[in-house]
Amino acid sequence: MRVDPRPVTRWVQEAPALVRERWQQASELWRRSLQLRVVVSTLALSSAVVFVLGMVLQSQITDQMLNSKMTAATAQIKASVTAVQHQLVGVSPGPDSLSTRFNAALNSLTSSGSPNIDGSSAGAFEPILADARTIDAAGNVTATAHYGDIPDDLKRFVQNDEIATRIHTVSRDGVPTTMLMVGAQVPSANHPVQLYLLFPLTAEQHTTEVVQNTLIVAGIVLLLLLAGITNLVTRQVVRPVRQAAEVAERFADGKLDDRMTVVGEDDVARLAESYNEMAESIQAQIRQLEEFGLLQRRFTSDVSHELRTPLTTVRMAADVLHASREQFPAGLARSTELLVDELDRFEALLGDLLEISRLDAGVDELAADLVDVRGVVERAVAAVGPVAASSGSVVETYVPDAEVPAEIDARRVERVLRNLLNNAVDHGEGLPVRVRVAADENAVAIVVRDFGVGLREGEAELVFNRFWRADPSRNRRTGGTGLGLAISVEDARLHGGWLEAWGERGKGACFRLTLPRRQGQELADSPLPLPPEDEPPVRELEDAEVSPLIVAEIEADAEVEEIAWQPAESVALDEPMVLGEPAGEPAVTWELAGAGADSSPALESGVIGHDPELDGVPNTPPPSPFPSRASESRLYPLPPKADSQPSTASRASTLDAGPGQADPGASEPAAPTASESTFANSKSAGEAR
Amino acid sequence: MKARVLVVDDDPALAEMLTIVLRGEGFDTAVVADGARALPALRELKPDIVLLDLMLPGMNGIDVCKAIRAESGVPIVMLTAKSDTVDIVLGLESGADDYVVKPFKPKELVARIRTRLRRTESEPAEVLAIGDLAIDVPGHEVTREGQAIQLTPLEFDLLVALARKPRQVFTREVLLEQVWGYRHAADTRLVNVHVQRLRSKVEKDPEHPEVVLTVRGVGYKAGPP
Repeated sequence: MRVDPRPVTRWVQEAPALVRERWQQASELWRRSLQLRVVVSTLALSSAVVFVLGMVLQSQITDQMLNSKMTAATAQIKASVTAVQHQLVGVSPGPDSLSTRFNAALNSLTSSGSPNIDGSSAGAFEPILADARTIDAAGNVTATAHYGDIPDDLKRFVQNDEIATRIHTVSRDGVPTTMLMVGAQVPSANHPVQLYLLFPLTAEQHTTEVVQNTLIVAGIVLLLLLAGITNLVTRQVVRPVRQAAEVAERFADGKLDDRMTVVGEDDVARLAESYNEMAESIQAQIRQLEEFGLLQRRFTSDVSHELRTPLTTVRMAADVLHASREQFPAGLARSTELLVDELDRFEALLGDLLEISRLDAGVDELAADLVDVRGVVERAVAAVGPVAASSGSVVETYVPDAEVPAEIDARRVERVLRNLLNNAVDHGEGLPVRVRVAADENAVAIVVRDFGVGLREGEAELVFNRFWRADPSRNRRTGGTGLGLAISVEDARLHGGWLEAWGERGKGACFRLTLPRRQGQELADSPLPLPPEDEPPVRELEDAEVSPLIVAEIEADAEVEEIAWQPAESVALDEPMVLGEPAGEPAVTWELAGAGADSSPALESGVIGHDPELDGVPNTPPPSPFPSRASESRLYPLPPKADSQPSTASRASTLDAGPGQADPGASEPAAPTASESTFANSKSAGEAR
Repeated sequence: MKARVLVVDDDPALAEMLTIVLRGEGFDTAVVADGARALPALRELKPDIVLLDLMLPGMNGIDVCKAIRAESGVPIVMLTAKSDTVDIVLGLESGADDYVVKPFKPKELVARIRTRLRRTESEPAEVLAIGDLAIDVPGHEVTREGQAIQLTPLEFDLLVALARKPRQVFTREVLLEQVWGYRHAADTRLVNVHVQRLRSKVEKDPEHPEVVLTVRGVGYKAGPP
């Protein structure tokens, strides 16, 4: 029969683990419990002390008993020697007669007792007489019974006429018995004989045992009592310490009002007092900080609020102007448009500031409701539709067929999604933006994926920072405030969810929003992976072959150049009417010079230096554009946007130091498109309003 | 006849701008800068709609709102600089029909005002039933067993919207569009607060509504007649 070795193997394998686990538990307890440590060490030390004490005590008692026994035995043998001496007077040598006389002497000794002996002190004894010199026929020493029990060294001592004692264990009736043996020489007529008295120590042994047992029991009881006492005493000290620890923990958890109870005036009370003082001062500090924070947030909130009333008036005035812009001269009309557009941005910024200050203050509540997440996603996608269309991006939506009900604040989630979608379209380079929704039992995940410029390494953490911009020189279609993602993160957090970002240069970016399906549920993982498993659509392959970084830089610069050219175009349309100048060309020169001087010498030299047309213009030489420009600009205010864009452009080109400027030909053809689209945008925005 | 708008706002610039815009849109306007003078002005001028700023000297906008509501069902649109949940809900609960958050666009404001005034347009003669209530739509009257129940025009509109399609469940978004005229999804708290207010008036036991029923996760629907 074969035995399956596996259970044994398993046990062997598991046993060390089990032992280790137990050992860890024990050592953990040992490390964590001061009480246990104190009790155990007290027990160890006191048991050592008790042991030593017990040993000393026992040996003292035993020694004392043996000493008195020996004294009594010596006295007894002296008396017995005298008695036996009388009996043995005139003994003739010869074994037979000798042993007879011995027995008679011993009989008289045991039966009558000796006259001057205090029998009680030495107790019963077995006498033995021997004549070491008389050897019988068998070669044995002539002696009475049990002579063989006597050890040789005792015999030697006695034969040398000394009184000697020995403790020796012999067998009596098959029972080993310890005896005190005393021997002495009895002077007799011919030659001395030896008298031995054997005192059984049974009684003494019994007494010793009783003493020993008593000592052991007493020791154990003492140890137990000590353990108990130590435990009690330690607890007295440890309990307040533990209480202090608990109070401190609660304090750390934010219950700042918790204090230790102060009882009496001892050290523990002092500990409690100083702890309470510390807690008091920390609480005061925290309160103060909280107040500062509160004041700061109140300030932000108040400023935003106070700004709103005048802003409303300005807004209404601007809208009234905007409504009748058809009747204005072109420059004025454009100014009105820009005014309205920038007011939109201003409002958005103000709204976001207010929102973030509210989120910071923690006053926002979640208006969670059971809704179908798909509907929220659809609305968000529909809302960014116009922006996506203008940038050429298609938003592809992948949602489950079944309903995805979840307890969410639809308004907030829609806001988050709009934000993510706007960002994706903004940075998506016109490539499709994918929205994917998936759910499991606990969570619902929405992923917004674009295949645009992506993020540099380390930027995925930065995107949620306030006012953080991936690339300051990038053209922005949606004009975000820089607070959108920061607000989105707070919104996700308010739901108990996550908002995470992933991105790689040239491969696009991906934002994943994961929300629990029921409020108050903890999120463990997300139904969708991050980074995403999507395959990028088209174009990405060629990007991957060239260094993606350089491609991106050139593209960015190309856009910058487009913008730099744009105002020249738009003013060129206006200028003939206002200035009465014959053609667009001089106006272009004038405008460009102005823009260059206004912003940065890098742009001025870069653009003008590379454009052959400009060099031939007579009336405004590039080296000194300032006087004429200054007066003109006061008479005919330039559209603010036209100024602001070249300034961003200049910043970008100084930063990037070159590739764009080295290639002005790439930028030129694109210029009209850019100007048209910007214009169309603002126009359509105006109409929508 | 031109609709008359009473503007209650302490900011003179904004009040003047409102006047310009509203006159441009064909409204008559009167401006009161002090909350305490709002009520006498209301009695005297009998406006068709009140634009009420929530932050007012003299008398708090919320209190003004309550005072107006106590004696008149005139539509009230709050102008608020606060978009804090609490303030808006407080305003709605104290009787405002709708709100506009500063900074608003003039068109938005005008749209809100027009929606609130829309009810004066002619309506077909019809009598609707919802729960155990009878609604006389042109007569603007709601009765339970002959007893008239006083509703503000907005509450009336809400009730009528539900009663017109008794079996349909209305999402908050649909109600926002039909009753408040919001084309895009707006603040659903408007619906929640006004349904509460409506229930407190028409239900026998607002805790267990029989007229306006909640369909969990979707919206509201009319109780069976």
